[in-house]
Amino acid sequence: MQRQPSIVAVIAIAAAILLLGYFAIQPIAQSINLGLDLRGGLRVVLEAQETEGKAVTEDTITKAIGILRTRVDSLGVEETTLYPQGENRVVIEIAGEDDPEAAVDILKNVAQLEFQDEQGNVLVTGENLENAEARMTQSGASTAEVLLEFDKEGAKLFADATKNNVGKPILIVIDDKVISAPNVDEPITDGNAVIRGTFTAEEANNLAVQLRSGALPVSFEVLEKRSVGPTLGADSLDKSLKAGIIGLIAVLIFMLGYYRLPGLIADLSLVIYITLVLGTMSVLGAVLTLPGIAGLALSIGMAVDANVVTYERIKEELRFGKTLGAAIDAGFKRAFWAIFDSNLTTLIAAGVLMYFGTGPIKGFAVTLSIGIIASVLLVLTFTRYMLILFSNVTKNPKLYGVEGGAADANN
Amino acid sequence: MQIIEKRKIFYIISLILLIPGIISLFAQGLNLGIDYKGGSIINVRIEDKEQVSAADVRAALAEVDQDKAEVQKSGSDFFIRTNELTQEQTNELMAVLKAEFNSVEFLGAESVGATIGNELTRNALFSLLIAGVLMLIYITYRFEWAYGVAAVIAILHNVLVVLGVFSLFQWEISSSFIAAVLTIIGYTINDTIIIFDRVRENLRMKRKEPFELLLNKSVMQTLNRTINTVLTTILPLIALLLFGGATIKFFMLAMLAGFIVGAYTSIFISSPLLYEIKNKAA
Repeated sequence: MQRQPSIVAVIAIAAAILLLGYFAIQPIAQSINLGLDLRGGLRVVLEAQETEGKAVTEDTITKAIGILRTRVDSLGVEETTLYPQGENRVVIEIAGEDDPEAAVDILKNVAQLEFQDEQGNVLVTGENLENAEARMTQSGASTAEVLLEFDKEGAKLFADATKNNVGKPILIVIDDKVISAPNVDEPITDGNAVIRGTFTAEEANNLAVQLRSGALPVSFEVLEKRSVGPTLGADSLDKSLKAGIIGLIAVLIFMLGYYRLPGLIADLSLVIYITLVLGTMSVLGAVLTLPGIAGLALSIGMAVDANVVTYERIKEELRFGKTLGAAIDAGFKRAFWAIFDSNLTTLIAAGVLMYFGTGPIKGFAVTLSIGIIASVLLVLTFTRYMLILFSNVTKNPKLYGVEGGAADANN
Repeated sequence: MQIIEKRKIFYIISLILLIPGIISLFAQGLNLGIDYKGGSIINVRIEDKEQVSAADVRAALAEVDQDKAEVQKSGSDFFIRTNELTQEQTNELMAVLKAEFNSVEFLGAESVGATIGNELTRNALFSLLIAGVLMLIYITYRFEWAYGVAAVIAILHNVLVVLGVFSLFQWEISSSFIAAVLTIIGYTINDTIIIFDRVRENLRMKRKEPFELLLNKSVMQTLNRTINTVLTTILPLIALLLFGGATIKFFMLAMLAGFIVGAYTSIFISSPLLYEIKNKAA
């Protein structure tokens, strides 16, 4: 009498899950933030260099981050993150930049601009700049120059400087490198100056950006740089997704083939599992990285483990001659602590990794942790409910992978 | 199978697995990637009509004095490994390649200073230590200290085998390696605990049975699960290794090696270890 409604329920649930998988997974997956290794981008770790008389303080780093942010923004990229790391480091992450390598150029240089006389006395510095702009030397020319506009104080200093050096060269020095040394023909009082070198349009543009944003308070060294072009990012995403799906299908087939009816339940729960993990990542704003996809694929294997442990227990109980209902009950009871303890220790490893890992590795740990928790919760709720539901439909032990009745399980 | 009785055989198998790796570790060490020793890798795709070989690329690099660079080819993708390059040097190198070959596409570049490597190593060792101690504490709390010690020795055994394999084949160790190792640890522990949980349960039911028999029985009762779980876990790993691209190849290799050895360890090593420790303690 129980039979009819249960079959309907089973089919309805299975259909609902397949529909969920078919319609929900893709949009959810697309709403997850992709890591730099999958969407292309740049990650640079800069370390401030202590020099004599210039200690690196928190203030220095904060100031530097402000300046670097202005420079990054000038690139016009979609998404950037800048944050301090430790005491003297700045991490810059730029996503979706087509030419990640070029971005490094603009960030790294201090861009300390100085005008010096022949003796090397500093006359005016970049601190007194109001604006800097790049333009082509002449229309149609291939070289570019940078047009400087001083603020009030700068204009005065520059006027004095040019007045005192008529007929002599003034050195334009950027980061201790002489860029050009034009001769002063007459005093310049309008507060405008031009830096001519052999700049390409891009170089001039970068320099203008750097000068506009101001000089960095200290010099920085690139400690670590990882850039991924858009092609490689898309390639990695494509390949790893494809591989992940192949792996998933292999697991689905294995579970169905080996565990039959419960295997089908495990397969259905895997569909929910993937939706759940991706959904959690999306809600938490977690970042999916290439190792993260690997972690996800790996967690599929681990996710079915909770099912495997339980099914093996149920099979054992069936072999002892218990009824299906009693076997399911006992199976879950016996398997619980094994599942709990084994997953908690794995979670410890993932947690440690989450704490110590950076970038893509952190992504791996996050995915793995979410996966472990989701898989345990699913097996305790969904798998259990479905098994009980299925047991109302059919009690044929063959469908549960047990031949005949009570065989001895002791080897 | 009489795992406890025949434990000496498994110890010998373990030694056979361990010794070549340990010798290799001392003789040739590990092939540390730039994450650990500093340096640069530039990854480009060259789709010239004529086949471009790694030697062609190396020859082209002579122009920027990088003819000592290690060039690896994978399809039409090239990995150029050099000492640490400045941004200017990277740009020059790319310019030379673009001048020499048609259709050079920049795929990615990595540059790591040597100081980062030391930090990574320190962090890696530190995280392994913390993970190990936390697990030991948890297992001692849930089981007994002997189980914890057996599990931790099993872990060390596993990690050592994987390190040995990487040293023997000179596979590259990158920062993701430590992630692989921690996952292997998590997995080995997972496997071992399923077995130990069975031991714990069987002990509660039949206290009279000799420990040796009980251990054997517990391993055999969980054998199906151990094998099936390693199968369902390595299926995706193999798929990723075959189709996942070059970037994660060594990450996947480390896990694959670790998971296979992990299954072996949890079946044939952890329980005998538990037996030895319990015997010594008694």
